Amino acid sequence: MVTIQKYVRAKTLEEAYTLNQNKRNRIVAGMLWMKTGSGSMNTAIDLCDLGLDKIEETEEQFSIGAMVTLRQIELHEGLNAYSSGAIRNAVHDIIGVQFRNSATVGGSIWGRFGFSDVLTVFLALDTYVELYKGGILPLEQFAKLPYDNDLLVRVIVKKAPAAVVYSAMRIQRTDFPVLTCTVSQVDGQYRASIGARPGRAMLVRDDEHLLADGITQQSAEAFAASVAERVPTLGNIRGSAAYRTHLIKVLTQRNVLALGGL
Amino acid sequence: MEIKIKLNGKMVVDNIEADLLLIDFVRSHGCRSVKRGCESSNCGLCTVLMDGKPVLSCSVLAARADGHTVQTLEGLQEEASNFVGFIADQGADQCGFCNPGFVMNTISLLRENPDPTDDEIRAYLSGNLCRCTGYEGQLRGIRNYLNSRKD
Ligand SMILES: Cc1cc2nc3c(=O)[nH]c(=O)nc-3n(C[C@H](O)[C@H](O)[C@H](O)COP(=O)(O)OP(=O)(O)OC[C@H]3O[C@@H](n4cnc5c(N)ncnc54)[C@H](O)[C@@H]3O)c2cc1C
Ligand code: FES
Ligand code: FES
Repeated sequence: MVTIQKYVRAKTLEEAYTLNQNKRNRIVAGMLWMKTGSGSMNTAIDLCDLGLDKIEETEEQFSIGAMVTLRQIELHEGLNAYSSGAIRNAVHDIIGVQFRNSATVGGSIWGRFGFSDVLTVFLALDTYVELYKGGILPLEQFAKLPYDNDLLVRVIVKKAPAAVVYSAMRIQRTDFPVLTCTVSQVDGQYRASIGARPGRAMLVRDDEHLLADGITQQSAEAFAASVAERVPTLGNIRGSAAYRTHLIKVLTQRNVLALGGL
Repeated sequence: MEIKIKLNGKMVVDNIEADLLLIDFVRSHGCRSVKRGCESSNCGLCTVLMDGKPVLSCSVLAARADGHTVQTLEGLQEEASNFVGFIADQGADQCGFCNPGFVMNTISLLRENPDPTDDEIRAYLSGNLCRCTGYEGQLRGIRNYLNSRKD
């Protein structure tokens, strides 16, 4: 467990940002991941009083505050209607209800954890992050950036016409995933995001138009093979690189077929 | 720093260190049903209700709970007494260590979803680990309780 000298509930984003420029201070969100680490910090900067615990839905987009919990996105009707339940499916095996009542969307996306179900599902949608200093940028770009001392304020999902299917392979329910996979069609374009490779989730598009003439057994197989070829994998305690590449083919193909109603 | 928490209906004011965990706060105020199992956010044994929602007190700062309501099994005996006998009748517990966390989360399940299916029970309680049993006894106990309410 990390030791903390001082606890501050920031009153403004500017106060949180300024405190966060000191390397000995850290933002505390759900604290679940942070608690797995060790070391000491001067000031824990809590964002809980900044009204970032709300999901706002308009005609154009969902705006998800950084302190919204995984349980909130699991239960949010609008988000799940829009994503055909993919967001619920992505989070519902993360440890348990109690855990998801604390773990935040901000901590999950900021963390850009290799194993993240959360990053994998949002990556396949038309998603942006709003950073306090860095402004709004596509999640795809943010997912590749190194860590810095900015603040993640919101995650924005544009309501582009979309169909989405999520699945993950776990050795056991509530364990970390061995592989995560979302297939989506956003604004007519097919995409697959693959996480737990075990590196950070990455997005690949159907640049070769393999699904352009519709979803069939053959086109799903061809797209899955192409994704597996383009997504690098590695081995770790949960599975070898070869097993993960095989899983990419299987999960992508299944998700494409489900997307096509087959 | 000074914090105020409404613990099991009573306002508690205390001076704490910034990194005190909620589990240690409630235990130091007499709530010994709340126990450490894994301390890595995995087992559910330390479950308390914060503003009515189940959270893992091993992973929440007491400072975060400042100004909030916290309930432990000590304050929810009556609500728990509705169904714990049905679980005991199944001989569901062996060592019983996991029981307080199970009971707290079952309270929360039944508040959110008074008539859950077996799969909904399994899903809701999946964050409560038991090292002794196979969960079947607990499930049967909760099912019997739900059936008894329909009779
Ligand atoms: C035991 C365990 C199992 C898990 N299993 C899974 C799993 O199967 N699938 C999955 O997807 N995830 C899993 N997770 C990750 C979890 O879902 C959360 O993503 C993780 O705990 C981070 O969220 P948090 O709110 O706890 O953030 P914290 O732990 O509070 O913060 C994480 C990091 O992000 C920084 N931070 C937080 N919020 C912000 C912000 N708004 N701006 C800038 N920096 C910020 C913090 O300073 C810290 O460095 C697991 C975590 C644990 C501990
Ligand atoms: S002791 Fe808190 S989850 Fe295990
Ligand atoms: S009965 Fe022993 S841990 Fe559950």
